[in-house]
This record gives sequence, structure tokens and C-alpha cells, in this order.
Amino acid sequence: MKKKLLAVLMSAVMVMGLTACGGSAPAESAAPADDSASEAATDDAAAPAASGDLIKVGIINNDPNESGYRTANDKDLKEMFTKENGYDASFAYSLKNDEQITAAQKFITDGVDYLLLSAADTAGWDTVLKDAQDAGIRVILFDRTIDAPDSLYEASIVSDMAKEGQTAVDWLASQNLSEYNVIHIQGVMGSAAQQGRSGALDSKVAAESNWNIVTQQTAEWNAEKAQQIVQSVIDAGTPFNVIYAENDDMAKGAVAALDKANISHGVGKDVIVMGFDCNKWALEELLAQNWNYDGQCNPFQASYIDEIIKTIESGGTVSEKTIIMDEKGFDATTITQDDVDNYGI
Amino acid sequence: MSQARKQVKKKFNPAVLFRKQIFIPIAALLLLAIFNLIADPSFYKITLGYNSAGDPVLSGYLMTILDYGSELAILAIGMTLVTAASGGQDISVGAAIAIAGSVILRVLCGTDSRPDHMQAPVIVAFLIACVVAMLFGAFNGALVAYFKIQPMVATLILFTAGRSIAAWINNNELPIISDPSFAVYGGFIPGIPIPTPFFIAMVCVIITMLILKFTNLGLYTQSVGINESSSKLNGLDPAFIKFLSFVLLGLCVAVAGLIKVSRLSSINYSVIAKDIEMDAILAVALGGNSLGGGKFNMTASILGAYVIQFLTTTLYKFNVQSDALPAYKAVVVIVLVVLSTPKAREFMGKIAKSLKGSERSVA
Amino acid sequence: MQEKSVLEMRKIYKSFPGVKALQGVDFTLREGEIHALMGENGAGKSTLIKVLTGVYSKDEGDIHIKGHENAVAIHSPQDAQKIGISTVYQEITLCPNLSVAENMFIGRDGGIMQNWKKMNADADKILESLGIPAKSTQQLASCSLAVQQMVAIARAVDMECKVLILDEPTSSLDEHEVQKLFGLMRDLKKKGVGIIFVTHFLDQVYEVCDRITVLRDGQLVGEYEIKDLPRVKLVAKMLGKEMDDMSDIKSSEKPYEAKEKTQPVFEAEQLVSDAGIKPFDFHIEKGEVNGFTGLLGSGRSECVRAIFGADRVLGGTVKKNGKQIKINKPIDAMRNGIAYLPEDRKVDGIVGDLSVRENIILALQVMKGFFKPFTKAEQYAFADEYIKALSIKTASADTPVKSLSGGNQQKVILARWLLTHPDYLILDEPTRGIDVGTKVDIQKLVLKLASEGMSVTFISSETDEMLRTCSRLIVMRDRRVVGELKEDELTQNKIMSTIAGGESK
Repeated sequence: MKKKLLAVLMSAVMVMGLTACGGSAPAESAAPADDSASEAATDDAAAPAASGDLIKVGIINNDPNESGYRTANDKDLKEMFTKENGYDASFAYSLKNDEQITAAQKFITDGVDYLLLSAADTAGWDTVLKDAQDAGIRVILFDRTIDAPDSLYEASIVSDMAKEGQTAVDWLASQNLSEYNVIHIQGVMGSAAQQGRSGALDSKVAAESNWNIVTQQTAEWNAEKAQQIVQSVIDAGTPFNVIYAENDDMAKGAVAALDKANISHGVGKDVIVMGFDCNKWALEELLAQNWNYDGQCNPFQASYIDEIIKTIESGGTVSEKTIIMDEKGFDATTITQDDVDNYGI
Repeated sequence: MSQARKQVKKKFNPAVLFRKQIFIPIAALLLLAIFNLIADPSFYKITLGYNSAGDPVLSGYLMTILDYGSELAILAIGMTLVTAASGGQDISVGAAIAIAGSVILRVLCGTDSRPDHMQAPVIVAFLIACVVAMLFGAFNGALVAYFKIQPMVATLILFTAGRSIAAWINNNELPIISDPSFAVYGGFIPGIPIPTPFFIAMVCVIITMLILKFTNLGLYTQSVGINESSSKLNGLDPAFIKFLSFVLLGLCVAVAGLIKVSRLSSINYSVIAKDIEMDAILAVALGGNSLGGGKFNMTASILGAYVIQFLTTTLYKFNVQSDALPAYKAVVVIVLVVLSTPKAREFMGKIAKSLKGSERSVA
Repeated sequence: MQEKSVLEMRKIYKSFPGVKALQGVDFTLREGEIHALMGENGAGKSTLIKVLTGVYSKDEGDIHIKGHENAVAIHSPQDAQKIGISTVYQEITLCPNLSVAENMFIGRDGGIMQNWKKMNADADKILESLGIPAKSTQQLASCSLAVQQMVAIARAVDMECKVLILDEPTSSLDEHEVQKLFGLMRDLKKKGVGIIFVTHFLDQVYEVCDRITVLRDGQLVGEYEIKDLPRVKLVAKMLGKEMDDMSDIKSSEKPYEAKEKTQPVFEAEQLVSDAGIKPFDFHIEKGEVNGFTGLLGSGRSECVRAIFGADRVLGGTVKKNGKQIKINKPIDAMRNGIAYLPEDRKVDGIVGDLSVRENIILALQVMKGFFKPFTKAEQYAFADEYIKALSIKTASADTPVKSLSGGNQQKVILARWLLTHPDYLILDEPTRGIDVGTKVDIQKLVLKLASEGMSVTFISSETDEMLRTCSRLIVMRDRRVVGELKEDELTQNKIMSTIAGGESK
């Protein structure tokens, strides 16, 4: 009996300890706030506001381990919403919608001033956002939109995935190949990024007679799966000359399969490699001309959000509900080291 | 009918074959093989080419199966032992691979996440990963063996927390090893056209077979799995045997982790070796082993692992959407579960008998 | 069908791969009789019962039941129940975590709705009418084994049964509980239920049964009125030969003669374990056979388990050949030359899925060590030697031990321990649930081993077995040692009076 109790305790402690240090879903971590709180007491006497004047924000995000994009996004948010900048921020992470909604409800109960949300899923948010509105909490969406009336939120700061896709496809078209045989590696089906990035390519393939899809498969953002998908095409002996991977990880997996089979890739080589998200390491591949194109997906929404909050706090109104961030596409022939340093995440 | 022929006939008894444990993975393998042969014989084409480093490599679907099935085969070894001894399964192997892989990269990278050269020999990194993975295995094992927690529940802890631990080990950074010599473990040894993971898997298999032959690991784990109380009265320490099986699985995890991170010279904490625990458990089941513990057949488990990869590769070849893979595996599980029931066995035995009977009457 | 018959089985055949389990067996059960089904293990008793209850399907033959015009087809235990055949097995097959009433009514008449109050009231009524000391709402696990067994019977009886099969119902009950059970059986008999009683206890057969059917090697030997078949003849029919009078076995082996008085092989002082026994003293000489006796639950098994380190030892000192040793775990005892054949063969003894060979070598292998496995050749040599020496009936050394009959399983475990060549062998109920022939074999073996100098502690529920084999008996009552009997004191009466508390009647 005693042993069992001890076991339960041990496991509980283990889980708590581990999730706290790893920041796993959906644990909330107030750790950054705590750190700065202790600092504030000593060397931060000149901080702009005492804790009572801080703007309380609750931030609901996807798991930062999900991808390099998310890691950069989370880091950006954490750097912006600090005590020094006048914020008291709490974070909640989950890749699951229902867990995110639970976290939102908790933030509403805690009485935050702003709820910042990057929703895992587009549906199911109406009720909880209405609750937030009733409690006088302002909601700002970032990175991802949701299916809800726009009266329920103040602003939505997003990337236009369709535009990202279009930019990439336009770039590909500008390469003027006589024939396009594309391996299309998709992200998790149904995600905004997948839909936007697939859409542009799908319509182009439908429209042009010399554009063919060799295979179209989801690798679920997973490099290993992408490697297996490309390996399978190579094993089948089907010719192809473009790899259109919807993120950098999958492009990397695809390239690993190409290297194994001695298929050349990059600028002026047999296969054109395209990725998205502009990870620093991916841009370095571009710089080395191993890849051909990388589309940006801007993870740095924090400054946009900050601006909106400042506007609202000073009594102003937000003119545009939907704010689309600037995003670029990089070509291996024109990319510079500066681009890598500035845009790499 | 001559006397001699009668004798031969008597020796071959299909009913016995049906009862043999290894029949299940072999039948599954044959089924897949025949399907591919009919659907597209080019499946079996193997070509010798040269990779981007100029080394000879064999490529083709069969090579892909040998290559990618290897991690699974290695995990199946450990999972078989855990299943036999504890009567439960470890569902944290995917997360533990993330940890082991992360440790390897951390040691190789040192402080810089994108080093130009490896900061430590691979063997050192690997050994440290072995120790770490065995410690996590020991944690699971202790919960199961000494605190008597259900294996699935006990390993749920690491299943939940493991990937976060992996990310934490590398400060949530994304380490990349640019040194091509690291890619050898998940690719090819220069000059040898067969994928290295297959060699690693075979070394693991041989070591396992030697251990099973020259120690009492097999007898002890089976004995504990079948009847713990009786094993105790025969002087065994059932708790320690269970604990040991989890530690050994930890070792298998470290090896699989090395192959996984070497394949891409990098790691993605949230998706590396995703859902591999389910495949490893399926491999054990496909080997005809009871998931309730007790008797096991290691060869059948390992064969089971390669059969699963055979299935996966076949599905990729026929352009089945990869997110639909689990559904196909589910079908396999259903068929397996049905086949392993006594009713189905009896039925197959009867068919075999009647086949034999009709043969005799014809003769 | 005959007038008074409630069940007739005609020309039943059943075979398994390599075994003809039943060959044209006839069996007739009359209304309101208790009919013993006798035979050695492997004679076909279990198979016949399983055919009757639908666990196995018969290859050939007819089964007639009273009230059914034609031969009935029984394909499943449910079918059997429907036509009024109820079974109570040796192992209790109820759910220990449910209440008594739930166990009695679970899975009956398909309704989902359940009137709990009525169910409990009904259960109490039945329990009372059968004189079973249990409450309907009590959790089954909290009842003694005997009461659980009775609840199982109550459940079976209440299902309006015509035929009640009791398969070794008494093997885990003590004498008092057995008497209660017999009372219950006689009541049911009066109500017209036909009872098939399968047991190994000859006394019990002669106490309650009306008729006997004897099977041997899957064939019917005969059907007898109890008064026409004295014990010796019954045993002879079962074995298929006239056998020596069992009381002779003791004198046939010469007792081991110690050349000089030496110290005891094993000694314990104030030994106590966490199994709830009072500290006890114990010793055994070289070549001696002694035993623990007492009612079931009096602590006799717990004492030997403490000696072997099977339960956690809390205190006391033990000496082996005069030298103080420590026994905390079974392996410590094994290394000191002590072997222990446990009481519950299935739970603590056999490792069911492993082969006969692996079961035989297990203990010696564990003593030898993890890194020193025996070669296959050595294993086969050991296994074959003991299969022959103890005449274990098995298809081969590679047969899973669970497919052997109970007596042969017991011999395998005996072989396992003999292989370790212990100087002190503890046998806890080695003869329970096994056939008469094997029982005699084991008793003879014990005396033979003792004559060769091995010390043996022998525990049996059947006191006459102990009287035949032991030269000294330690008597237990309520988990403490209450007396020691030897030489002239070794009589049935003396044992009874010591167990009862010294005041013999």
C-alpha cells in the first residue's frame, strides 16, 4: 500500500518536474514571469510599472517543439511580453484544440486583459471567445485565423499562406522548364499552411499541360516520412525534377533521399528543391546552392501585437481587423549572407 | 501408393505448420510478397548505383525495406523481452528515442548547435546515449517491477514528457551535424552498397541471439512472464528480471536513436520516431507472441518488424496517402488478433486436415 | 431412455491429436443419486465432463436428457445450462470482487434491468435454505474458500438443474467444511437432482455416493453399486491391476540408520514470517521424515514457507548442519540444499507454457547462474533421466507441462527439486488432486529418499498418508505449534485429540 502511494507520488513529481522544464503541452508556465519578478526586486527599480500596472496577457500557442517556426515564434513572443515592456504574461501550449480552449477558459477566470491566441484548429472557438468578450477581455489572434465572427476579436495577425504558395509557384514558373514533374510533399492535411501552399500548386498543375504531379503525399511536417516518400519514388524509377516540400524539415528529408540515390539537386542541377519557413539552416543550404527556393513564413508577430495593444490602451481603434505580414521568397541565386542573418529563424 | 510415398506424406503435416508461431509473420510476408509480385514485379528490382559521395549503393524497394525496417527490428528485440517479462508494453520508446537522439547530438555538437566538426567521437556520444536511455529504461522498469504499476501506465509518464526532455537537452535548439562521417550510421559505409542500419540491426540480432544462447535471459524472462509466483519459489527475482528487460529495451532505444538522428544528421523533437512504439508493439504481435507475456519467439518478432516495413513500403509504392497508413495497420492488427484466437487456429487446423484427407482419398 | 434416468450418454467418442480420450463410453445418471466418476488422471473423466458441459464437442455418440424426446446437442456451456446441466469446478470460477448475490445471479436471464433489493433477498433465501453461512451483500473474496465453493454450488443449483457436476469440489476444503458440503449434496439429492461427483478421495466416495462409474484409458471399466465394490476392488479397477496393500509401504523400506548421533540437518528457533504464524521451533534429523499436520489454515504451509524463505522472514535463527545460516529468499534456501514443493501446483509450481524439460531444469539452472545455461544436450539428459525415474507420462520432453495431467505435473515439479540433490526436501501437499497410483508412487519415493539419507518434511491433508510416511508429526492449531507426536503416539485418534486441544473424547 505504502509502496503504491510512493509510486503515485513519484510519478506525479516526475511529470510535473519534467513538464515544467520542458514546457510540454498543455502545461502553463509562468516561469519567465517568476524569473523577472525576482530580478525586478533587486536591480530593476526603474521598471516602468509596478506589478499592479502591468498589462496581463494570456498567450495560447502551439507546442514550441513542433517546428523551428514555432520555436522562433515562441521566442519572439517571450522576448516581447516581459515585465520590462510592461506585460505580465502567462503561456499555455498545446497542439490540441480542446486543451487550448480549456487554457483559454482558465485565462478568462484569471482575469487577463488580453488573450493572444494561435488556434490549433479553426473551429469551436465561438463560445469561449464570447465568454472572453463578456468578461471584457480583448482577443488578438496571431499566426492562425479561426471560423468565428470577427466581432469576437480585435485583430488577427496572419501570414497569407495562399500568397506564400502563389509566390513560390510563380517563382517556379519563372524557371521556364520545358516540363515540370513535381514531387509534392504536403504538411498535415487540413492545416492552413498546407491548404494555402497546396492550393497554388494544385491550380497551376490543373491549368498547365506541362506541369505534372509525380506524387502528392502528406509527410505531416515530418522529415523521416518525406525521406520515405521520395525514396519510394526513386525506387519506382519515375522521373521527376522538382521537389515542392511545404516546409524545410520535409525538404531536408527529401534531399537526404536524393543524396542517397546520387540525384543532384540545387542551382543548375537535376532537381529543384523548394521549402518553406526560412529556417536559418535552410537558408544556408540556399546560400550553398543546394536548394533553390525557400518561402518565408514570418513568425515575428510580437511587434505587431504590441503595437495593437498600445493603440487600444491609448484609446485608439484598430483600423484593420486582418493584418497580413510581409513575407518574402528567397532564390538561391540571389540570396545573401545578410538575408540569412536577418530572415533565418 | 508406394510405402515410401506414404512415409513422406506422413512427415509433412500442414496442421503442425499452422500451429507453429513463426507461421504468422511468414504467412504475412508471403502474402505481401505475392501481392507485390502480381501487382508490379518491378518491386523486386534492385539496381547498383553511386551516391553523391561516389560510393556504390544498392537501391530498390527491397533495400528500402531492409534499411527502414532496421530501427523497428532493433526495438522489437527489446519490446519482445519487456512484453515477455512484464506482460505489458512500453509505449515510451518513441519519446525515449528522441531523448537518446538528442543526447547524441548534444554531445557531438558541444556548445555550438551547428559545429563545423564533431566535438566528440561518435562512439562517446553513443555510449553516453546508451547510459541515458538505460537510465530512462530503468525508471520505467522500476515503476513496473518494484512499484507494480501497469507497464502502459508507467511508461505513459515518459511518453508524455520524453519529447520535452529531448528538447530541453539541446536547449530547444536545432542541432545539425554537417560532418558527412556522421551520416554513415543512417546511410552507407563508403564502399559497401548495403545500408548501414541493416548491418547495425544484424549485429544487434546476432548479439541478442548469442545472449539468448549463452545466458538464461530467455528462460528467466519467459518463466517470470508465465508464472511469477512459481519463478520466485525457484529462486528467481521476478522484479529484477522485469527491471532488466526495461533496461535492455533502453539499450535498443539508444541504438535506434543513433540511426534515426544519423539519417538526417539532425533531429525534430516532436516528430522523430513518431508512433514507432505502436509499430514495435505490432511487430511483437505480428511475431505471434502473446502480448500478455510469457513465451516468446525472438526471430518471429524481428521478422515481424520487417514485415511491417514491407507493408509500409508497399503502401508508399502504391501511393496510398501516408496519413492513411495507420488504418491499414489497424486492418493487420484485426486480422492478427482474429488469427491468433484458438477458434481460428482450430478452423485452419481442420482445413489442413481436410486437405490432407482429400489428398489421401484421391490417392 | 430408462425410466428413472435423468441423463444417459451412449457410445461417446472423442479424440485429440495423438490421443483417443474417450472410446465408446456409456454413462447413466439416475434421478436423485450421487454418482461417483472415478479413474486415474488421464482416464477420461475430465474429457467426459467437458463433453457433457459443451466445452468440447464430441466426435460421436448421443446424449439424452430427461424431458427431451431426442438426443440433445450441446455445443456450449450455455447450451448445457439451458437443458439443466450445471457444473462446479475445482477452481472457483466466480468473480471474487463481486458480492455473493451478484455472483449467484450474474449472467442469468438476459434482462438488463436488475432489481437489486429482490436479488439480495432471493439470494439470502437460497443461502439460508442451503445452510450456507454467507450474506448476500458480502464480497465473495471475504468468504472462506469452502463458502465460495458452496456459493458456486448454490448458483448452479438455483438454475433449476437436473444434473449437477461437482469436479473435485473438496480438494481445498477441510474435514468440517467437507461435511457441510456433503449435507448440501444430500439435500439436493432428496430434491431429485442427479449429482456427478468427481474426486480423488476414496473415503468421500464411500461416504456419500450411491453408485460408481470407473473409467480407465478412455474406456468404460464398469458401473457398480457402491455396496458391491469394496475399496480395494475399486482401486484395482482404476489401476487395472491388483495392488499391494498400501499400509505395507512403510515397512518395505528400511529406515535410515544413523551411524552415530549427529546434529540435526536443519534447525529453526523462534522462526517467524509475515504470513501470520506464531514463532516456532523446528528441527529435522538426517534421513528423517516428519510432517506438519493440522486443519486447513492452521499454518502448516506457512511454517514450511518460512523455512524456505518464500514468505518474508521477520525473525528467528536457522541452522543447517549446526551452522547458522541466513535465509531471506528462496535462492538462499536452495543454495543451502533445501528444496520446496509448494502446496498450490498451478499457482506456485508449474510454469505452464514452458516444456517439461525446462520445468525440470529450472531450479538447478537458477542455482547454477544466469551466465551458465545448460546445453540442450545436458537439459535433455536431465529431463529424460527423471521422466524415466519417476515414470512421468508425457509425449516428449518438449511438451508444455500444462498439457500433462495433474499427477504428472506434480512429478515434474518433484523431478525439478530432486535434480537439485537437496539434503532437505519439503513436500507441501504433494498428493493433492492426483490419482491414487501416483499418490502411492510419491509416498514410496519419500520413504526411499529418506532411507538414502535425505530429510523430508511431508504435509498432507490426508492423515492416513502422513501416518504411513512420517515418523514424527508436528501438530498445528491456530497458526501455532501445539504438539509433537512420535512413535506410539502416531495414531489417528491422538492426532485428532491434539488438533482439537488435548481433551480427547
